[in-house]
Amino acid sequence: MVTLGDYLIVSGILFTIGFAGVMLRRNIIIILMALELMLNAANLSLVAFSRFRVNSAGVPNYNAQVFVFFIITVAAAEVAVGLAIIVALYRARQTTHVEDINTLKF
Amino acid sequence: MPTFLFWFFALLTLVFGAGVIINRNPVASALSLVVSFLGLAALFMSLDAFFLGIIQVLVYAGAIMVLFLFIIMLLDLRAEKLRRINWIAFCGGAVVAFAFLVQIFRVVGDFKLARQTFPPLAKSTIDDVHSIGLLLFSNYNLPFQIIGIVVLVATIGVVVLSKREVQ
Repeated sequence: MVTLGDYLIVSGILFTIGFAGVMLRRNIIIILMALELMLNAANLSLVAFSRFRVNSAGVPNYNAQVFVFFIITVAAAEVAVGLAIIVALYRARQTTHVEDINTLKF
Repeated sequence: MPTFLFWFFALLTLVFGAGVIINRNPVASALSLVVSFLGLAALFMSLDAFFLGIIQVLVYAGAIMVLFLFIIMLLDLRAEKLRRINWIAFCGGAVVAFAFLVQIFRVVGDFKLARQTFPPLAKSTIDDVHSIGLLLFSNYNLPFQIIGIVVLVATIGVVVLSKREVQ
């Protein structure tokens, strides 16, 4: 049988893949995609806990699912704004490589 | 859901998730992200969260990925040229990510509830759309309205950001 821990491990590995992507990749669009992976990994563990916390009437705890709904909405807004910033950046600098964008570097 | 289906979809999600950060071509990364999100939607449905599974397919695999592909093609990004990699930074990032993974395994291993299987539901068919909608419009009504404002602000921000300056 599949346990709660299996879902948590899958979620943790997915989060680590996203984390490694943010740390290792230098293309700003790939970094944004890796951020999406991390958000989704958190969603997976929230849904797993929601299904795990079944109350006495035999109904899952839907509070976590409402939270996931909010996360998906905010992620959609975040991607729209992020991609608009990337387009504006590309128009000014003709690059999406983070090492070429170092004006604010101390 | 049978156990082998869980492992199949979990493996699909993880392999294509790794493909996102391994591929050099941004279009290939975006397409493997789509497959990864579809596997994740299947995992949501295996947890009886059918509404969230559908939302995952519609919003992530549909709208967000079209946006990503649209921007990649608009900017005409080719596969990255191999640059000189800063090996110290690369090894540092890999070590931090690996330490994080080890920590997650330790925490889940020590967590006693993680070894239990999921308790059975009262009914085999559940009306999760009804329950989530009821919660959204009663307990979480204020956050729901705030999220509307957030989406509106994001829309205005995107329009302002992509407007070309008039010389």
